[in-house]
Amino acid sequence: MLQITPVLAALKRHKVGTLLIGLQIALTLAIVCNALFIIHQRVTHLARPSGVAEENLLTVRNEWTNARAADLGALIHTDMETLRQLPGVQDVAVSYGYPLRGGGWESNLSIKPEDPSQAIAGARFFGDEHVLPVLGARLITGRNFRADEVRMLDSNNLSSPSVVIITKALAKRLYPDGSALGKPVYVGSSATPSTIIGIIGDMAGFSAGTWTDTTYDYVLLEPTVLIDRANAYLIRTLPGQLDTLTKVAPNALFKINRLRIIPDAENGGVRTFAEVRAHAYKDDRGLALMMGAICLVLLMITAAGIVGLTSFWVAQRRKQIGVRRALGATRNDILSYFLTENLLICMGGLMVGTVLAVGLSQWLVMRFEMERVSPLYVLLGAVVLLLLGQAATLAPALRASRVPPVEATRSV
Amino acid sequence: MFVYYFQLGMRSLRHNPVLTALMVIAIGVGVAASMTAYSVFRIVSGNPIPEKASQLYAVQIDNYGPQHNEKGEPPDEMDYTDALALQRTHKAIRETSLYPVLLSVIPSNPDLRPIRSDTYAMSADAFQMFDIPFLYGRGWSASDDQNRTPVVVIGRALNERLFHGANSVGQEINLNGYEYRITGVIDRWDPQPRFFDPISVGPFGDPIQLFIPMSRAIDQQLITAGHTDCPVENYGGGWDALLHSDCVWLLHWVELPSAADARAYRQYLQDYASEQRRAGRFEWPPNIRLRNVTQWLDYEHVVPPETSLSLYISLGFLLICLVNTVGLLLAKFLRRAPEIGVRRALGASRRTIYAQFLLEGAAIGLAGGVLGLVLTGLGVWSISLIFDAQIARLATVDLKLMALTLCVAVLAAVLAALYPTWRAAKVQPAWQLKIN
Repeated sequence: MLQITPVLAALKRHKVGTLLIGLQIALTLAIVCNALFIIHQRVTHLARPSGVAEENLLTVRNEWTNARAADLGALIHTDMETLRQLPGVQDVAVSYGYPLRGGGWESNLSIKPEDPSQAIAGARFFGDEHVLPVLGARLITGRNFRADEVRMLDSNNLSSPSVVIITKALAKRLYPDGSALGKPVYVGSSATPSTIIGIIGDMAGFSAGTWTDTTYDYVLLEPTVLIDRANAYLIRTLPGQLDTLTKVAPNALFKINRLRIIPDAENGGVRTFAEVRAHAYKDDRGLALMMGAICLVLLMITAAGIVGLTSFWVAQRRKQIGVRRALGATRNDILSYFLTENLLICMGGLMVGTVLAVGLSQWLVMRFEMERVSPLYVLLGAVVLLLLGQAATLAPALRASRVPPVEATRSV
Repeated sequence: MFVYYFQLGMRSLRHNPVLTALMVIAIGVGVAASMTAYSVFRIVSGNPIPEKASQLYAVQIDNYGPQHNEKGEPPDEMDYTDALALQRTHKAIRETSLYPVLLSVIPSNPDLRPIRSDTYAMSADAFQMFDIPFLYGRGWSASDDQNRTPVVVIGRALNERLFHGANSVGQEINLNGYEYRITGVIDRWDPQPRFFDPISVGPFGDPIQLFIPMSRAIDQQLITAGHTDCPVENYGGGWDALLHSDCVWLLHWVELPSAADARAYRQYLQDYASEQRRAGRFEWPPNIRLRNVTQWLDYEHVVPPETSLSLYISLGFLLICLVNTVGLLLAKFLRRAPEIGVRRALGASRRTIYAQFLLEGAAIGLAGGVLGLVLTGLGVWSISLIFDAQIARLATVDLKLMALTLCVAVLAAVLAALYPTWRAAKVQPAWQLKIN
């Protein structure tokens, strides 16, 4: 039983209060639906697969301080053998670049030599034949590198590799007809092609990228160890050994040769893959968390505001309520009066809020290169605010419905 | 009178504790959110070298050409050929190329592990250009640059660690297996954002602790620890091929005190690029940029989008909290219409009503500000959950931020109280008395 006409008449006498609640609802809708949309996008981004068996994987960034280039192959070999001997270690690989490491090597790739119109940027991981099994990457078709294919090169003498392994996404981009295996790919500006010998499933590039990019799993692995760069030892541990090895592995390395740098974890030194992932997606998770907190507090504040103003109106109108009750209005009539009042204000606010929300979204699109908010989120925000408004009105409205008819005879 | 109003205000605050608490919380939360966001924003958007922001210029020369460059913009960094040519001509008052290298201090004690510190290779001019303050000694000389002397300037923190803070000028340290003589120890120098190279390691790294002559770094074939970008990747094999390639990996900075100097230098760059074209190296018209620090930081998008986004969102949040407070204050003040009527009838002027209610608003603002301070502290502490540790370490609560928090809270509350107070002052004494 709605009482729209009298409600509207009464609202005209409380213009400012009405406007304030309406404005607050409008602004809250504008911010909340955009925030929810941002949260949704960031969470989707966060959930992208890394293509790595993330448990029981340890990464140790290692860099020599004054080793001669000629000795590096032997030094790396000794390190790997030492790490393999440690209890709890399943397998060890050496690699420059791994998924979500943060920063790495990117090259243009094409299926014809020096054809810039075709160039596709791909993340390049340089590693040995152990990288695939250690990362736990799934080979869909083809084969892994053989030990005899792995080269040791410094980055100023980088020739194109004879064989490469690429991700499914990259294979599809290069050869849309699905025939990538065994086909050539030109890496960088090389005139000699590399042969695709294996195709693996999804694998994240060297950074989490932005949530809009579509190229993040365009990854190419080549059987090369870059000896002039800071390599990483990737250690696949037996279950339950990860924490122990986090401490034991770097100490063991220092013990065989102290003239090396293993940076602190913040700079990519010794990190479990869980830490690598957490670091790569920190901005996304942080922004989603912050937006979530802001939404929650905003809704609470808005609810509190509605409770406050409605309580005031109820107190102000005790006498009128008493009169209505004396004239035969039921408790339910009074209750629904205030609920209707709030419903009308909310709907007005939500109409303005929808315009504001779209405007804010448009501004975010221009200023921050975001996507336009989906109407679903405006609708969701509107429903949440309507329910919130009704819930916030309920307590004062119940109090109003309990005003006795005898109040009509009392002075204020 | 002031004391009386204050007492009245306090009594009214106590009179309606729930409403008052709601307002205090709204203001406190709103102010804390915006102050937390601002504490990050002021760092990332700060001017790292205010005195010279308009006199230092980053040079860009398009050696990629229209086919490879980024939408007509020259690459951010420079190749070795161009950087060396500019250095040799030395048209600016001071100038330096620079790039980050990986060097480690190797302790003579065989039980100790090497120490890694962020290192830059640059020219002697850089110390004066960037206003780098010295604790002991000074930078190396121009002749050290020419002679590729193994000299080094170390940072204060590294000096503490290696020499326990003593004057170490003249001492030798071992960097990657070679002895370097210390010519100076710099005092605290930590420009944020790191304007001279926001590209390599990001604009918010730890303070640089080692500086060596670039000529020496080239001599030692030290590759950059930052980015290398090549238009054509297989530039040949080896270090010399890299030096002669079009790969960009150096930044070049010049100091040009006056606008006339800047004009002249721009012309010089234009001429240089034309000459390269005549020589057949560039196949396109001169395409150069000369950006001062402010323009450069803007161009490099040093302010992370997350930071400004959260600042704007929290300002919107504060606005909503204020709208909320206006509504609650209105309810609170108008409830006291009878009281106002009596006071007006007894001779209180509108002015006194204004004074009393605005003061009450200010009291709420102050309470909100105190709550806001606590919450801002909490917010700044939790910044590391959201932003990179590099940025989080810079966000601090200082006296300035505390004062600003209180000011914003009080100002916001008084602003919110304006309309409700106006309504309160409009209460007709006679009418109120009558309906009573």
